[in-house]
Amino acid sequence: MCDRRASAAAGLADVAHPDVGEEVWRYSRIDELDLDRFSPSTVRPDAGTGIDAALAESAAATIILCDGWIEAVHVSDAAVEAGVSIGSVADMGDGVDLHGSVLEVPVDLFGHLNRAFCPGPLAVVVPDGVRLDGPVVVVSHVATEGVAAFPRLLVHCGDDAQVLVVEVQTSDDVEALVVPVLEATVGRAGRLRLAVLQELGPRVWQLAHQEVHVGQGASGELFHAGLGGYYARTRTDCRLVGRGAEGRITAAYFGDGEQGLDYRTFQEHAAPDTVSELLFKGAVDDSSRSVYTGLIRVLPEAVRTRANQTNRNIKLSPDAWAESVPNLEIETDDVMCSHASTVSPVDADQRFYLESRGVPTVVAERLLLEGFFAEVVAAAPHPQVASRLRRGLLAKLDRHATVGERGAA
Amino acid sequence: MTGEHVLRIEGLWAGVADTEILRGIDLEIRPGEVHAVMGRNGSGKSTLSHVLMGRPGYEVTAGSVTLDGVDLLGLAPWERAQAGLFLCLQHPTEVPGVSLEALLTEAARAGGRDPDTVREALVAEAERLGIDERLLERPLNVDLSGGEKKRNEALQLGVTGARYAVLDEIDSGLDVDALATVSRRIQEATDEDGLGVLAITHFSRLLEVLEPDRVHVLSQGSIRVSGGPELAEQLETEGYVGVLGDAAADEPETLVGLPHAAGFGEDPFADPLA
Repeated sequence: MCDRRASAAAGLADVAHPDVGEEVWRYSRIDELDLDRFSPSTVRPDAGTGIDAALAESAAATIILCDGWIEAVHVSDAAVEAGVSIGSVADMGDGVDLHGSVLEVPVDLFGHLNRAFCPGPLAVVVPDGVRLDGPVVVVSHVATEGVAAFPRLLVHCGDDAQVLVVEVQTSDDVEALVVPVLEATVGRAGRLRLAVLQELGPRVWQLAHQEVHVGQGASGELFHAGLGGYYARTRTDCRLVGRGAEGRITAAYFGDGEQGLDYRTFQEHAAPDTVSELLFKGAVDDSSRSVYTGLIRVLPEAVRTRANQTNRNIKLSPDAWAESVPNLEIETDDVMCSHASTVSPVDADQRFYLESRGVPTVVAERLLLEGFFAEVVAAAPHPQVASRLRRGLLAKLDRHATVGERGAA
Repeated sequence: MTGEHVLRIEGLWAGVADTEILRGIDLEIRPGEVHAVMGRNGSGKSTLSHVLMGRPGYEVTAGSVTLDGVDLLGLAPWERAQAGLFLCLQHPTEVPGVSLEALLTEAARAGGRDPDTVREALVAEAERLGIDERLLERPLNVDLSGGEKKRNEALQLGVTGARYAVLDEIDSGLDVDALATVSRRIQEATDEDGLGVLAITHFSRLLEVLEPDRVHVLSQGSIRVSGGPELAEQLETEGYVGVLGDAAADEPETLVGLPHAAGFGEDPFADPLA
């Protein structure tokens, strides 16, 4: 592990800073990011981070990370008895084999930085045949002004195993950079569900990467709620490597103020009879920006692929801006692929219809937006994830309504 | 406020962009009365309904509309609804993700009525209209048949307790059974609750089930002839040319120069902003 870290650090000088000229960084704010303003966390902070009681209640395990350091790990007796291993990779006999097993080569500078500076990756290993009822809850908090935090999470869901991992990303009101990396594998006929609730403070830069490899007859389901951050980017690679593997990626995001929310997705079909479904729905208010670019890639061996990609955006303010770029790259015949992408204001006919029944304009818009996000909320893998997302969206909608009323007055 | 109960339209001129469509409409609808406004395609019928509700895109250039003394033209659409006006749309809009109950609960809240009574009112009204209760949970108008949509409009009319209803071609796209149910419910509301009705229609079919007190014939943006129920029968037998004479011949076939004036599959003369 030390070797890996040292070689990563030594190689950093050779890795270029990303450039908006590259397709995967187009429309991003990467030009604005000054890495010299942040310092990697070198000491374990003592923040005493809390955890959502409602989420923790039914959890199979709870883990708290602070500034990328593992602060606390609690695993339920039932999970321990079932043979689930959760903790620092360094403390696990075979954990080190997981490290980098998905992301052998970091995809960009931030992957390299994470590899060099992550204080200790967290591993969640669910053995073959084990089905955890409650979620594994990971709180990843950023507490220190000026810190660059590099949390890393490795998840292995064994053959026929089932697990739900819920990661809550929060911060104090600090200016910070956080570079989370998540790598996950799902064994034969396993089912991994992963939900990320991104609720960072308004001065936090986030550059996240998550990659999941889904095995034969298995399913990987990624859920994302993007609410916080100054600039929060998540790159998701979902690679379907076994015959009949399924990948589902669902996200809701809502930007306001000056926020930039940036999503890059790759649905890669590398085996026959694989299925992927992607739905991203977002709203942008004030002068916020969102980017969605996604690629469905079907490799020559992935015959009878079915893939779908849908991105819908609502612009709530004339100064807001949403970019949506779907792409297909198909190298075989006999596939069913579709993509759809829209950016539009609130539908005027729908708003008039609601108003004509006696509903004030701001309330009508709120109902329409709640309705717009309803299918994503309904797809949340846990009731607490759904309610936390709904609360976050409602807070943003309330703010929009208040600003709207002020504007109308 | 005069204390007088009447929906009064006086000297109403209105249109879209630079085109006048309504050219001086005068109507008075009192509680419990049913007025039918009949006219051919392009006569301005749908424009009248949209102008009354305040749909964006229409401009009123002269005249006034008051509801029980309240000036409607100075109000936003939702305030007109709260004042007691209801528009049954010809083509009710599909609103994915929003349920009937959520909509009417917010409408009640905005009007200072108890939102907790909405559910009960909905269920009672659904029963009167023969609407399956499961429909109440569905997103508004999504995947509903023409008949279901119109029943849904009548349902909302009943629950909001509006005092005046404008029915915009409520008989279009409706099967005979649904038409009979919806018309009967509206007729009952006029008798029981004193609902005033302005029924805009192309055909006299609606008036076989909804008995009008007055019938008005709209042509070229103004009321040309008014009369009792017998006028509808005369229209049925003699047609618009028979009733209006030469005036009917001058009626524009379509509203040339307006956006989307032509090309609608179902009705090439449909209201351009409908």
